[in-house]
Amino acid sequence: MNSKTIAVAMSGGVDSSTVAAMLRAEGHSVIGLTMQLWNQRRLAGREGMPESVQGRCCSLDDVYDARRVAQHLGIPYYVVNHEERFEQDVVRPFVEEYLSGRTPIPCSLCNNHLKFDQLLIVAQQIGAEQVATGHYARVEYDSARGRWLLMRPADLAKDQTYFLFGLTQEQLCRTIFPLGGMTKPEVRELARKHGLALAEKPDSQEICFVPGGDYKRFIDAYLADQGEALPDTAGELVTTNGEVIGEHPGIHNFTVGQRKGLGVATGSPLYVIQINGADKQVVVGGEEHLYSRTLRARRVNLIAVDELREPMRVTVKIRHRHEPAPAVIEKSGDDEILVTFDQPQRAVTPGQAAVFYDGNIVVGGGWIS
Amino acid sequence: MMRRVYLDNNATTPVLPEVLETMRPYFGERFGNASSIHHHGQETRAAVEDARASVAALLGCRESEVVFTSGGTEGDNLAIAGLANSGDHVITSSVEHHAVIHACKHLEEAGCEVTFLPVDGQGLVAPEDVRRALRPNTKLISIMMANNETGVLQPVEEIGKIAAEADVFFHTDAVQAAGKVAIDVKRIGCDALSISGHKMHAPQGVGALYVRKGTHIRPLFYGGRHERSRRAGTENVPGIVALGKAAELALQAFERGEDKKMTALRDRLQQGIVSQVDEVGVNGNGAPRVPNTTNVYFDHIEGEALVIALDLKGLAVSTGAACSSGAIEPSHVLTAMGLRGDRARASIRFSLGKQNTAEDVDFALALVPETVARLRDLSPVYKKEAAGSKLGARS
Repeated sequence: MNSKTIAVAMSGGVDSSTVAAMLRAEGHSVIGLTMQLWNQRRLAGREGMPESVQGRCCSLDDVYDARRVAQHLGIPYYVVNHEERFEQDVVRPFVEEYLSGRTPIPCSLCNNHLKFDQLLIVAQQIGAEQVATGHYARVEYDSARGRWLLMRPADLAKDQTYFLFGLTQEQLCRTIFPLGGMTKPEVRELARKHGLALAEKPDSQEICFVPGGDYKRFIDAYLADQGEALPDTAGELVTTNGEVIGEHPGIHNFTVGQRKGLGVATGSPLYVIQINGADKQVVVGGEEHLYSRTLRARRVNLIAVDELREPMRVTVKIRHRHEPAPAVIEKSGDDEILVTFDQPQRAVTPGQAAVFYDGNIVVGGGWIS
Repeated sequence: MMRRVYLDNNATTPVLPEVLETMRPYFGERFGNASSIHHHGQETRAAVEDARASVAALLGCRESEVVFTSGGTEGDNLAIAGLANSGDHVITSSVEHHAVIHACKHLEEAGCEVTFLPVDGQGLVAPEDVRRALRPNTKLISIMMANNETGVLQPVEEIGKIAAEADVFFHTDAVQAAGKVAIDVKRIGCDALSISGHKMHAPQGVGALYVRKGTHIRPLFYGGRHERSRRAGTENVPGIVALGKAAELALQAFERGEDKKMTALRDRLQQGIVSQVDEVGVNGNGAPRVPNTTNVYFDHIEGEALVIALDLKGLAVSTGAACSSGAIEPSHVLTAMGLRGDRARASIRFSLGKQNTAEDVDFALALVPETVARLRDLSPVYKKEAAGSKLGARS
């Protein structure tokens, strides 16, 4: 087999550790890289944040785990620091999106700006031809189209293509996803076979820089750390008819579709229908108002095609845990795509991504505006 | 096997074969506790005191003024925490090793006032700044002898005079100076001076602190009366024996003029890099430096990536102070010297040891220019800046 030099993005979890073990066993020259993205101690001790985060020197427990795997496999391993870029391209936009009434997906930004950009550059600089990650997705070259395709993995329950829609052809051609054909139980089994001590380590679910998943407290702590005051985004709670029924403490406390914590009691259940960042209004209404047939996606990235010349029948995913829904997509402006669903979809949320699929092939995606 | 060349001797040095041979019996047949009355204790006590004499000879002090420690960090902490009390004022610099900076920050929390003096573009503390910083309650000045990242030598003799005139304790962290330049505590005029074994070809885990006779120092540890009640704990005999041998070898090397050979080797490396690579410079080049160190910035690259790329080709260098993960901030030393953040992050430290040869330097010179070129070719920032400068040249 053809032996290559491959950099593996190692997070200290089972998936990327197994990737490193697999590629090593296949005879490749493997280099382990961990991106140090966020100093967990930075906000430690601030209100609502953990008192202290267990750590060694400047690193996290996950770095320790990744390093132990690399030592076990006998591969060179390095930590590369991208905290500055991560804060600029992921954390800051995350906070700003919430403060302007949208619900961001930091993982996609991290993939676009860090993992498949900065890390890919470092990998090339240190002599690696490709970068491998533990994502559940597949990448293949389609010679008929002359394009690299991103596809859903064998284990659809673990599908991470939703977070990868921003990858360009240049990025895809240097990327491999060795777990694309495997299920999670198979990956754990393989990890055991390779003697990886972390084979039973639980999957991480939360946003890596938001301990405990409480993003509101994170925003408070982050702004306090920056010496910035939390902008006053308090305003009116209005119905879909424009009737003011109360006040709310700040738009960043709400997400489209949210039912709890609205602070008003009415006979029928109320949901957040829309958040108007400009006039700080939170629009609430009955569940029927949550459904919409269309959405506009901006800052579009197309993968399977170079351009959308005519309307195309696809299925569209509007959040990570969403069954792709049949729809037609068409170009509706410069860097904008109009999505028209066959059936109205519940809680189309600005700030999330709309990702278009042709069967298992990712056509592309954009940010819901 | 890939050839590997180690040019990171300011992080740690290999134990010299003679040093290893000298310490080896103390792991086995000569195992006694140096405080024991019997033959075994007497045997190791003699070895510890012989080593103390060798270290005293290296530093130009009395044997009774040498306290063995676990290394540089302990020596720095013992001197700083042991000489200053709550309410005292302490003067140090902004380019000290973290062992000193963090010990001083701890003093601040414990009720001391600390002045962190700036340095100039070459990394030097101005003695006049030290004098101006003196206050009626100043108790201690702690300024390093040689910087670990740049190798820059501070004017410790002048600072020693200022301290003596003001009747203030003077401690100097000489961890990166010991074995590289001659040390004479009388000439420096210091009251305390710390050294570390593993920076001078003895093993990790041993060091020494010179404490001037008559200076009362508060110990860090509670325990037995070892080291004249200045450092409790059974002596690390193999380590101490090794440090003694390394000190002896260092003195002999000065007599043979090996420090001049080291300077020539370092200059050859530095000249080779500067002449073969564009847009580089040497940090602290205008100041006196120890013979083994050169710290070079390579504009438009991330030092971190260069260190990794070189390591994968067999050359070990570093971006500065050793840390288990990527350094979070650009070097505090280079930043204090006024380097921009990107230039500080583009800086690499090359540090030679006694084991290095001219072939090692040639190996580095064959690798560094091509690797820097590769990194720059693949850097989006460099391409942008290069394009920008071309446009600039036309207009």
